[in-house]
Amino acid sequence: MTYLITQSLNGLFSAALLFLIASGLTLAFGVMKIVNIAHGSFYMLGVYVAYTVIQRTGSLLLGAVVALVVVAAVGFLVQRVFLRRFGADPLPQMMMTMGFALLFRDLTLMIWGGDPFTLPYPGLLRGSMEVGEVVFPSYRLFVIAVAALVGAALWVVNDRTLIGARLRAAVDDPEMASAMGINVARLSGLVFAVGAGLAAFGGVMGGPILGGYAGIDFDLLPLAFVVVIVGGMGSLKGAVVGSIVVGMVDNFGKALVPELSYFTLFAPMILVLALKPTGLYGRA
Amino acid sequence: MAERKWHLPVIVGLALVLATGPLVLSSYWIGLLTQIVVLAILAMSLDILLGYTGLPSLGHAGFFGVAAYGVAVLSTTYRADFWTSVLTALLVGIALSAALGLIVSHVRDVYFLMITLALGMVLWGVSYRWIPVTGGDNGISGIPSLEAHAGLPLAGPAVFYYVTLAVFLACAALMRVLVRSPFGLTLRGIRENEARMKSLGFNTWLHCYLSYVIAGAFASVSGVLWAYYNGFVSPTYLDLTASSELFLMVTLGGPATLVGPLVGAGAIVLLKNVMSAYTARWLLILGIVYIVAILAAPQGIWNLGRPKAG
Repeated sequence: MTYLITQSLNGLFSAALLFLIASGLTLAFGVMKIVNIAHGSFYMLGVYVAYTVIQRTGSLLLGAVVALVVVAAVGFLVQRVFLRRFGADPLPQMMMTMGFALLFRDLTLMIWGGDPFTLPYPGLLRGSMEVGEVVFPSYRLFVIAVAALVGAALWVVNDRTLIGARLRAAVDDPEMASAMGINVARLSGLVFAVGAGLAAFGGVMGGPILGGYAGIDFDLLPLAFVVVIVGGMGSLKGAVVGSIVVGMVDNFGKALVPELSYFTLFAPMILVLALKPTGLYGRA
Repeated sequence: MAERKWHLPVIVGLALVLATGPLVLSSYWIGLLTQIVVLAILAMSLDILLGYTGLPSLGHAGFFGVAAYGVAVLSTTYRADFWTSVLTALLVGIALSAALGLIVSHVRDVYFLMITLALGMVLWGVSYRWIPVTGGDNGISGIPSLEAHAGLPLAGPAVFYYVTLAVFLACAALMRVLVRSPFGLTLRGIRENEARMKSLGFNTWLHCYLSYVIAGAFASVSGVLWAYYNGFVSPTYLDLTASSELFLMVTLGGPATLVGPLVGAGAIVLLKNVMSAYTARWLLILGIVYIVAILAAPQGIWNLGRPKAG
């Protein structure tokens, strides 16, 4: 029982990180029909930028904020300068993001070198919590809580504000939305930037545990894509459910059949695709 | 095939280089030519999906890699003979594409892109983590040379090159027949307007499925040759970088042509090798090539001068 609870909490921690990455991916997909190969790179850039800031200033909070802002700005520029010209044409967009993924990978190597590192734990959250027989690291619980907060904030913005209404309209039917006077191009830039920033924030949150190394971008990308596919492309609710499903399955898969851990991800994806090709909450 | 004035001389030139190159070139350049020819088979196979059927597969290196692993495992761990290794590896590649095809053949466009990407990465994950069979990150080395394994009387880079060239020509001829057959025309019809093809009574699901399996089969052929060429397999054969490089070969060369993928494969192989000889930053340069290629020649080199298809 203790084992089950510990593993479930670990699964929820993976789910929390995945949600931070996948929510931006799925929203950008919803508005722009873009398959963003560079999304894992935004996560990676986040860890590296935070690392530099924390080394210089010693402040974790500042590191997280700077990483979020810098990477969001990078994402905004990539979208406005390079991706926008292709409209909703998915192939050149995808190739473009692939180019940027390689570019970012090599630039990170150039600037920060190839040595792996981890970010420091925040002082208050270094220990662990004990409830009965279950011992669980505080930091992981903290990340779960933060992701839940981010999720709630995104939901409020999406469901309760004007910009959220515009966003939903643009996801539903971009042409009709722009005919109604919504600036879909600017909205796309905004969504892309927020998505990049969230991925970078995810990088900082995962930093003390997963750290930063060359290749982390493509290690996390497939998991994020499986989340988006399972949950339904373009759906925020789908990203929540998909993250939990993938986080749990991945975690229990790793614990129970480590050699086929990657393969266990396959099962929920096939199941969902066979029953509902658009994902749990996606629409055709 | 030669639709523009400059196409014919280029084809003649390419044919001359491919046919006579190894007679005058050093073994390093014969190696590069071999790479180009093997990867051209792979790029052409992707083009059947991407260019002719309009299904953008981003996991296509998976079949290539699985067939390569097939040869590697059979010829080293099980010490199987040549034909057993080759035929089993091809069968595994085809069976895999037949299985995965069931999952992907009803999705289209960007959904197809994303799902094939995820499937491709799962295959990569299996090759990376299933250590007892695949050797994990270390891969499998010690694959015998094709000449020795098949018991050919001659050996050497030029011999292997001409074997590869023969396979390439056979595959290219088969694919040319395929894309010009009624089947191939139906694929193009589906690419242009699936709803119309459906209402004309075509089983579009079955056509897409067969296209996927055929592309997987040719990719497996290419994977078998690649395993023998390198004598070594590793998870990098089927990672996302491999699949998207392949994608770049087709889009850079010219989708929906069969010469285009050959041109694209040649351009990328030469660029990678020449660049990595001069700089360690070739990843950066490759990234820039992606961006510039999409901006400058979105239709591909072989389609330059052709008005954009509706």
